[in-house]
Amino acid sequence: MPKIKTSAWDKVLLARQASRPKALEYIENIFNEFIELHGDRLFSDDKSIIGGIGKIEDYTVTVIGQQKGKTTKENMERNFGMTNPEGYRKALRLMEQAEKFNRPIITFIDTPGAYPGIGAEERGQGEAIARNICSMSNLKVPIICVVIGEGSSGGALALGVGDKIVMLENAIYSILSPEGFASILYKDASKNKEAAENMKITAKDLKDFGIIDKIIKEPEGGAGENFESVTKELKTYILKSIKELNKLTKNELVENRYKKFRTMC
Amino acid sequence: MIIDKIKKVNVQEENRKNLKASDMLVGKWVKCDNCKEILYKEELHENLGVCPNCGKHFRLSARRRIKQIIDEGTFVEIGNGLTTKDPLKFDGYVKKLEALKEKTKIEEAVVTGVGKINSDEVVIAVMDGNFLMGSMGSVVGEKITLAIEESIKRKVPLIMFCLSGGARMQEGIISLMQMAKTSSAIARHNDAGLLYISVLTDPTTGGVTASFAMLGDIILAEPNALIGFAGPRVIEQTIKQTLPEGFQRSEFLLEHGFIDKIVERKDMKETISKLIKLHINTNN
Repeated sequence: MPKIKTSAWDKVLLARQASRPKALEYIENIFNEFIELHGDRLFSDDKSIIGGIGKIEDYTVTVIGQQKGKTTKENMERNFGMTNPEGYRKALRLMEQAEKFNRPIITFIDTPGAYPGIGAEERGQGEAIARNICSMSNLKVPIICVVIGEGSSGGALALGVGDKIVMLENAIYSILSPEGFASILYKDASKNKEAAENMKITAKDLKDFGIIDKIIKEPEGGAGENFESVTKELKTYILKSIKELNKLTKNELVENRYKKFRTMC
Repeated sequence: MIIDKIKKVNVQEENRKNLKASDMLVGKWVKCDNCKEILYKEELHENLGVCPNCGKHFRLSARRRIKQIIDEGTFVEIGNGLTTKDPLKFDGYVKKLEALKEKTKIEEAVVTGVGKINSDEVVIAVMDGNFLMGSMGSVVGEKITLAIEESIKRKVPLIMFCLSGGARMQEGIISLMQMAKTSSAIARHNDAGLLYISVLTDPTTGGVTASFAMLGDIILAEPNALIGFAGPRVIEQTIKQTLPEGFQRSEFLLEHGFIDKIVERKDMKETISKLIKLHINTNN
């Protein structure tokens, strides 16, 4: 049976689906051990970001994930995956810890964007994102970033500067939401579908741009339909990447990462 | 007779104040949108683009800014001749860029180059709001990165005047990646032990705030500049509240610890110069 072509807008809906597997489910399925660690040591613990130490086969790694909820209650607790500055600072603290103990970093990206609120601005949302991007470019351990759902704007990039960037087949990665794009450039927020098509936000688009390294296939209907096969492929890719990146010297690793982003134009 | 004269002046004043700003943009006069005073453009320019009446700092073109900061005759522009790949093939985008090039006499939303500040060599990047609100697409990102790399190569301070509505939406995800490109270059600049002074001017928002703008060793700002990540309207729509007075202005950022100092335009060159001279290390 020929596969029905999924439009960019269909992918937006799939990426945002409440029932779609979230970061914690990936963590549970891919890592044989995981201990969550909390707090940015400066202000609070942002629950839209989960961070900790895990084991993938014999490798100890630091894991960071943006966590959306599946229910309204969970979403309230997780702020719908919209990270505040303290979330980015918690992530950075744990990533710097990873560098100290020489363990690779795996990030899972899933956010409608950094939280636009008064407190977020008071506590330097822009500074927090900038610091993460800048520091990640220079960390001397392998970094693998996986976009599992919505990768929207600087709020996603703040966890997205790595040696390998992976997207799930139905995940999206964009400068802002199609609704925002439509309202700014078409002056009409209802042209969201048209925007989604024109924005080039699908995994295939990003692969064609050379921004991402790998697309993980999803079964028809999305990752949740056969989560085992999705996590199996992802786990294999992560392990292969760790082995490959571990062969590089620290200088080669950082130099390659610099070149990777340097040539994106 | 004297009274008549005063009356006449008052009527003229009234008429001037009732003029719409748009009526005057083409002429020799401009209305201060803060104090509503009508200003003679030449006089405003002589006063560095600051309202002589209320002190409002008007936006400056990159060329004017460079004239104010860099020693006369020392500026050499770098990084020209780049063009966007128009990654989204966005309708009318390339045409618009061509028209703006023609109109503004600059190639993109940032002008970069090498020059001297009170005889000290620097690399400078100045963003220009007349060019798609200083938004950062691939060419802006590339020019800024080249400027950072030039500063590393020459081992001289880097000065960036930020002014931006954020990422260039017309270039989609490629614009987002410019944040990573420029910030990675800043990380290298930092490793090289070089000074980077970032100056935030009205407005500095979005992807520029969330990348190189906030990464200065020293961050200065002009008075009352709008500085933030999310735009005020987006925040209002999200939280469904009116924002407090002075929210996301320079003074607000200073109070919350995100900038080092607010500097008036008349003192900008001397302040930057002093900071540069204080970084000429005498302890080595």
